[in-house]
Amino acid sequence: AVVSTQSGHYGRDIKAEQKQISVWELTDEGKSFVANGSYEFVLYSAVTKDGILQKELMKMPNAKIGFSKAMTLGWLVIDKKHEDGPTVFRKVDDATDVVKTMLEDINTQKKVDEKKIQDLKKRKLITPVVTKFYLVTKGTSFNTQIERPEADLTADMLQDGSWKEKSFKEYNFKAKGAPITSGYLHPLLKVRTEYRRIFLDMGFSEMPTNKFVENGFWNFDALFQPQQHPARDAHDTFFISNPEMTDASKLPADYLEKVKSTHENGGYGSTGYNYDWKISEAQKNILRTHTTAVSARMLYKLAQQEEFRPVKMFSIDRVFRNETLDATHLAEFHQIEGLVADRNLTLGHLIGILYAFFKKLGIEKLKFKPAYNPYTEPSMEIFSYHPGLKKWVEIGNSGMFRPEMLLPMGIPKDVNVIAWGLSLERPTMIKYGINNIRELIGHKVNLNMVQENPICRLNKV
Amino acid sequence: SSGINAEWPLRPGFEDLCFDFGVELDDIVEEEGITKFKIDIPANRYDLLCVEGLSQGLNVFLGKTTLPRYTVLRARERLHVDGSVEGVRPYVVAAVLRDITLTEDSYNSFILLQDKLHQNIGRERSLVSIGTHDLDTIQGPFKYHALPPPEIKFQPLNQDTVMTAPQMFDIFRKNYLKPYLQIIESSPVYPLITDVNGTVLSLPPVINGNHSKISLSTRNIFIEVTAKDRKKAGIVLDTICGAFSEYCTTPHTIEAVEIVQADGSTFSSPKMGSRIEEYDSAELCLKSGIKTATPEQLADLLTKMCLRASVAGEKLKVEIGPTRHDILHQCDVEEDIAIAYGYNNIPQVLPDLYTIAVEQDVNKLSDSVREELARCGFTEVLTFSLCSRDDVSVNLRIPEAVGGAVQISNPKTFEFQVVRTTLLPGMLKTASCNRNMPLPLKLFEVSDIVVKDTLTETGTKNYRYVCALFAGKTSGFEVVHGLLDRVMLMLDVKDYHIQQTSDPMFFPGRGADIILGTKKIGHLGILHPEVLEKFDVTLPCSVLEFNLDPFV
Repeated sequence: AVVSTQSGHYGRDIKAEQKQISVWELTDEGKSFVANGSYEFVLYSAVTKDGILQKELMKMPNAKIGFSKAMTLGWLVIDKKHEDGPTVFRKVDDATDVVKTMLEDINTQKKVDEKKIQDLKKRKLITPVVTKFYLVTKGTSFNTQIERPEADLTADMLQDGSWKEKSFKEYNFKAKGAPITSGYLHPLLKVRTEYRRIFLDMGFSEMPTNKFVENGFWNFDALFQPQQHPARDAHDTFFISNPEMTDASKLPADYLEKVKSTHENGGYGSTGYNYDWKISEAQKNILRTHTTAVSARMLYKLAQQEEFRPVKMFSIDRVFRNETLDATHLAEFHQIEGLVADRNLTLGHLIGILYAFFKKLGIEKLKFKPAYNPYTEPSMEIFSYHPGLKKWVEIGNSGMFRPEMLLPMGIPKDVNVIAWGLSLERPTMIKYGINNIRELIGHKVNLNMVQENPICRLNKV
Repeated sequence: SSGINAEWPLRPGFEDLCFDFGVELDDIVEEEGITKFKIDIPANRYDLLCVEGLSQGLNVFLGKTTLPRYTVLRARERLHVDGSVEGVRPYVVAAVLRDITLTEDSYNSFILLQDKLHQNIGRERSLVSIGTHDLDTIQGPFKYHALPPPEIKFQPLNQDTVMTAPQMFDIFRKNYLKPYLQIIESSPVYPLITDVNGTVLSLPPVINGNHSKISLSTRNIFIEVTAKDRKKAGIVLDTICGAFSEYCTTPHTIEAVEIVQADGSTFSSPKMGSRIEEYDSAELCLKSGIKTATPEQLADLLTKMCLRASVAGEKLKVEIGPTRHDILHQCDVEEDIAIAYGYNNIPQVLPDLYTIAVEQDVNKLSDSVREELARCGFTEVLTFSLCSRDDVSVNLRIPEAVGGAVQISNPKTFEFQVVRTTLLPGMLKTASCNRNMPLPLKLFEVSDIVVKDTLTETGTKNYRYVCALFAGKTSGFEVVHGLLDRVMLMLDVKDYHIQQTSDPMFFPGRGADIILGTKKIGHLGILHPEVLEKFDVTLPCSVLEFNLDPFV
């Protein structure tokens, strides 16, 4: 109640000042002294003119203390050599029970000498009692009319105009506002939306990637990746046991023959790989290891058109790798891929479009390193300078598709296809400082993270 | 990668050199007082897999040396191939490194290169394997043939006694050679290389004989390469000879071996051949975008890349030697020009192509639906496409459903057994893992599921599904029902209704199919408590799941 009088509106009407006073109170022992006299006086009174045997005297209640005090005060004397035994005699004829008098004075709140008070306190005859109290006085705007201040402006107050007369509580601006319940989008997919937008802004059309299961033909062979390549191994690729194979009749027959012969003997200006190409390897169903399989299908389709039309295409979707799992690697993740197919494209164009693309991600300093991909030549790894880590880090891979891949499809000889790719997870983890990929994707993700993840601003580093 | 001891000094400069050349300096470690550089080599550059090859490549790149010319001397040794190897390991090539001096370093490098070649191009020795022998301990002509295992008897490398093939295989089954046994074990005959006296040089691809083992004092090395792939055998032999012939008294000379095949025809090995290609010098720059180089400059650039080139009128004559088996096409040469010129020196230019972007309708609609679901107060999850067989069947009380799921043949754990046919497992697992969230828990996901479909090319098909889950103190059935109504309103769909189903996944009397027109496109309901138990969810849940494709 007191605090509330000091808070808010009331502070102006009522002043409350905290005070305390300390008084001495008699203990029970002290009270018995007032009633019956102190132990020493009672003992003194028990000693007659003829004296009393000490051992008799000591039988009295509180004799030990009383006797010791009476001796100190000089009221009694012992004759140790008395013929009947140690005997106590009065030393003075009269004694005044000073202690009792002092206690009486204290009880009636008369003033007592401070030093004597400490003695009484030592004998535990008195105890201090603190009383805290508030001195309440009228404030500057004291008013006997009772009025409760409002917490909020209401519709009713607006209606009847009573808001003009009312007083309002002060608002606690230091506290947080009410938590807002909402729905939330997943952080990785917010990043995906941004990448999608970047591609669309640059005129790239989206490829249809809703096809997780691929066959070796489109995932590897059409890309001129040889059949004994380590990436086609069971420990890198997920093979499907059911349905195990693609029906050979469902693959384009003429094109398949061209792919086979290019692998085996070359052609189109190539020496080829000079090994025995097996259709059974091409028929094997797998979970796609890259969305480049879709790019291959799209380029084949493009090549079947009457007249070649240049294109810019992209995809962002799931891919699967059967690799060792660790903090930054899962069996499934998202690949981002962009490609441009046009006549007379060069590495200069690839570098140009990469600068344009990465500039939208707030990255303006790029470096390119020669690399190797089975299906691109030239190939370039893309590096950017990370100001936090103070070093160049790899941010993607790129290259120009090999003629052995494009020419068997029927793509015109002067058409070059430049392409690049990166993972969606890696830049997301770097941006949000997430160290373990399982904290970003999968069922173990902390939903609080999802709900507190800010607006995705890719170009704001 | 090539782990090497090097005395190359400046580390900072070295890293940049590697970057420009196209190899990656991965790590620098101090081991026993020696600085070792761990360098990642591109998978198609076998010539760079040893320190000799890498340093040659880098020195030629820096202009410090020129690419050597290899001389193949007339064969003095012969190797006869018997038809018996045809079924087990048909191909063999061989070479001799005469008057060679190996130091401890070069000896170690020699062994290491063989290991690497075994591992990558040899595909763990199954396609190609190498045997190297002290020629002075053996006597040609040599024979490559195959015998029944019990008839094979010799002292294998690092063993103390002579033993038969079955006996040594029993020992090898317990050591590091175990993976190589299966390459030939199923064959009735094992391949063998022997000399004129019957001394066994090797039992490829498993083990060499102890008799002919090489040491630091070996002066003449007989190299044999056996294989299932003829081309790869040639590449391997060329690579070894190219790198280590520098230690012969006359460097870069290799002595041929005459191979006599089963049909009597002969050929000389190794090829160590070069081919000369002629390219139009203007054409060679088309891919790189280099505009300002003269043919002479182009020739210099290529020579820096170990592709000796010279100008011949309008054309460029390029010699592709035995260390550049990675050059398959003109584009490989064009890449080397660009590398030598420096990728980072190529001027950038934007493709002059105006295109208007078109989105995939299913993705555009999915994104819009996702936004609507978030507006309804639901939290989006992103879960795995792969799960266990039980997750899509038994755990949902529909054991027969596993028949429609695409199955993985080599899952590492049961979490990778099938591709999900429903988004429910991921949802339920998320609910189970997020017990500390305030209730009710409202989740959604819009993502692909995969089912078998005999009509498609691969026999499988993706469907885009929408799934929502409500978990709370009460089931929230009316909430997911309301969500369905809301989503249908947002899709501008009026022609739908729900009708009760007895699907065992749902609590009795609390499940319904969603019918669009006359077709079932999904369902909703309160999950059966046994389903909740299987997914370790302790709250009642209502779910909604339907296929979005009909609305696209």
